[in-house]
Amino acid sequence: MTPTRRKPPRVGDGPIIRRVLIGTTLFFGAILVLAPLIVIAVEAFGQGLKAYAATIAHPDTRHAIFMTVATALIAVPVNTAFGLAAAWAITKFDFWGRRALLVVIEIPFSISPIVAGVAYLFVYGLQGLFGPMLEAADIKILFALPGIVLASMFVTAPFVARELIPLMQAQGRDLEEAATSLGASGWRTFFSVTLPNVKWALLYGVVLCNARVMGEFGAVSVVSGNIRGQTNTLPLHIELLYHDYQAAGAFAAASILATLAVVTIIAKVALERRGAGRRPALAAAAKEQNAGTSS
Amino acid sequence: MKIRLDQVVKTFDTFRAVHGVSLDIESGQLVALLGPSGSGKTTILRMVAGLEYADGGHIYFGDQDATDIPVRDRGVGFVFQHYALFPHMTVAENIAFGMKVSKTKRSKSEIATRVEELLRLVKLEGLGDRFPGQISGGQRQRVALARALAVDPKVLLLDEPFGALDANVRRDLRRWLREIHDELGITTLFVTHDQEEALDLADRVVILDQGRIVQEGTPAEVCRAPNSAFVMRFLGDANRISANVRDGRAYIGETVIDAPSSSDGPIDIYLRPGDVDWRPEGDGISATIVRVLDRPGGRRVLANVEGGTALEFDVPPETDVRSGQHGRLLIKRSRLYPA
Repeated sequence: MTPTRRKPPRVGDGPIIRRVLIGTTLFFGAILVLAPLIVIAVEAFGQGLKAYAATIAHPDTRHAIFMTVATALIAVPVNTAFGLAAAWAITKFDFWGRRALLVVIEIPFSISPIVAGVAYLFVYGLQGLFGPMLEAADIKILFALPGIVLASMFVTAPFVARELIPLMQAQGRDLEEAATSLGASGWRTFFSVTLPNVKWALLYGVVLCNARVMGEFGAVSVVSGNIRGQTNTLPLHIELLYHDYQAAGAFAAASILATLAVVTIIAKVALERRGAGRRPALAAAAKEQNAGTSS
Repeated sequence: MKIRLDQVVKTFDTFRAVHGVSLDIESGQLVALLGPSGSGKTTILRMVAGLEYADGGHIYFGDQDATDIPVRDRGVGFVFQHYALFPHMTVAENIAFGMKVSKTKRSKSEIATRVEELLRLVKLEGLGDRFPGQISGGQRQRVALARALAVDPKVLLLDEPFGALDANVRRDLRRWLREIHDELGITTLFVTHDQEEALDLADRVVILDQGRIVQEGTPAEVCRAPNSAFVMRFLGDANRISANVRDGRAYIGETVIDAPSSSDGPIDIYLRPGDVDWRPEGDGISATIVRVLDRPGGRRVLANVEGGTALEFDVPPETDVRSGQHGRLLIKRSRLYPA
C-alpha cells in the first residue's frame, strides 16, 4: 500500500497562518472601511427618503454642492493642464533644475493640507504678503471662491503629473522624434502621438485629482472662512451640520461625497484595466512588452 | 543628394562624443557608419538628421548648409532602432502620418494610393489594417522604412536598423534593404556595430572609434588593407603575435617573416584565423592544440604557440585535429602594426 503523500506547506502557506491572515484582513476591512460606509447610508436614509430629499434641497446644502462643483470645474482643468505641461517638460526636455522641479511637484503630497491653508492665509490675508495690495485693488481671494480654488489646486497639484511622468519616462522620446522627423509640428506631435499614448493615465490622474478636490477639507477650511451658504464647500458643510446636531443632514450630505467616491473607485478600476496608474517598474515592463509587440 | 560633413563636433556635458569628423557621401551611395558602442556613430547620424545639433562644423546637403535646419524641415527619413511606430495607429496610418502632417497638401485618395504603393514596396500588402503590436519584428522594421520613405526624403538614415532582430531575419532584411536602395537610388546612411552587416550592405564603410574616423573605404579596401591594429581587430577575429624586427625581417622565435617597411624593434603581427596552414610536421611555428570547436563550415582550433601565445585558426571540416596534438603553423598572410 502506497501512503498518500502529504504536501508540505509552501512558504507562509500553513493552514493556520492562512486563516489567521485572511480573517484579520477581513475583520479590519469590515470595521475600518465597510462599517462607516454602511452607517452613512443607514443614517442618511434613517428618517426616510423625504427627510433625505429635504436636507439635500436645503439652500445651504445646495450652495455647498455648487461651491464644490465650481471649485472642481476650475481646479481640475487647471491642474490637468499644469500636470501635462510639467510631465512633458520633465520627460521630453533636458534643462537645468529638472530634478528640482520633480521634487517641487511632489511637495503638496508630503505637506499637511492645513499647513498649505495657513500659508495661503499669510500670502493673501489682510496681514499677508499681498494682502494690502489685493485690498486696494478690491480683489477678494480669501474667504471666497478664489481662495478655495487656490487651496484645492495646491493640494492636488501633483496628481496628474505624477501619473504621467513615470509613463512618459518609460515611453522615451522616440515617438516624438519620429513624428517630428516626419514633418509634424509640436502641437501636432502632442495631439496625434503623445496624448493618445498617455490618455488613460491622464484620465486616471484627472479622476483622482477630482476626487481629492471635491473631498478636500483641511486646506479649504482655513481659507474659506466657513460662511454658511456662501463659502462652504460640501465637506465643510457636513462638518457644520454635524456640529449643529443635524446628524441626518450631515449624513445625507456625506452620502453625496460617498457616492462620488464609489464612482471614482469604479472609474479608477476601469482605467487600471486599461493600464493606467502603473508604477514606474510596471510601466517599464509594459514598455518592454510594447517593445515586443509594438516596436 | 550628396551629404558633406565638415569638421563636425559634438559634446555632451563634458564628454566629447564626436571630434571634428569630416566625411563626403556621394549621391545615391549606401554608406555604413561602423564602430563599437561609444564611438559616436549614432550621434553623427542624429546630427545629420537634425535630432541633435552640431556644436561645431557644418553639415551640407548638396550645396545647402543644413547644419541648423530643424529636423522637421530637413527632409530626411529616419528609421529608429526600436522602430518607434505609433502603437495606436494602424500600419497604414503609420505610413500615412508623414503625408498627413506635411505642408504639401495631398488628397485622401492620393495618400491611400501612395500607402498601397509603399506597402507593396516593403512586401506587406494586406497588412495595412493591423496594429504594430500585431505584426512581427521584421515586419515592423519594414513598416518603419515605408513610413520614412513616404515623405520622399532626400536622405534615408537608419539607426541600427536590424539590431533587435534575430540572425536569419536580419540577413533577409539586409539583402532586401540593398534591393530597395538600388531600386530607389536614395542616399542612405546607416549605423551599425555589426561588421558583417556593414560589409554585406554598404558601398562604403566608415569605421569610427572614440568619436573619430579611423578608416573609410569600400568593403574590399577596409578588409584587405586595415590601416591600424584597431581596424584589423574590429573587422573580425584576429590573432596577435609579438615579434622583433631586425634589418627588415620580423623574428617569431625561429620563424622569419619579411617586414621590409618596418623599423627595427618590437612589432605586432596580426593573423586572421584563415591566414595560417596547419600541418603535423615541417616548417613553421610549433604549436600545441588546446581545444577544437566545430562549426558548420569548418573547425576552429585554439592552440598555444611557442612562447605561450594563444592563437585561433580554421581548418577544413575533414581535418583530423585533437586537443593535445603538436604540429606546425605556416603563416600564409599577415599584417604588421607597430607594437
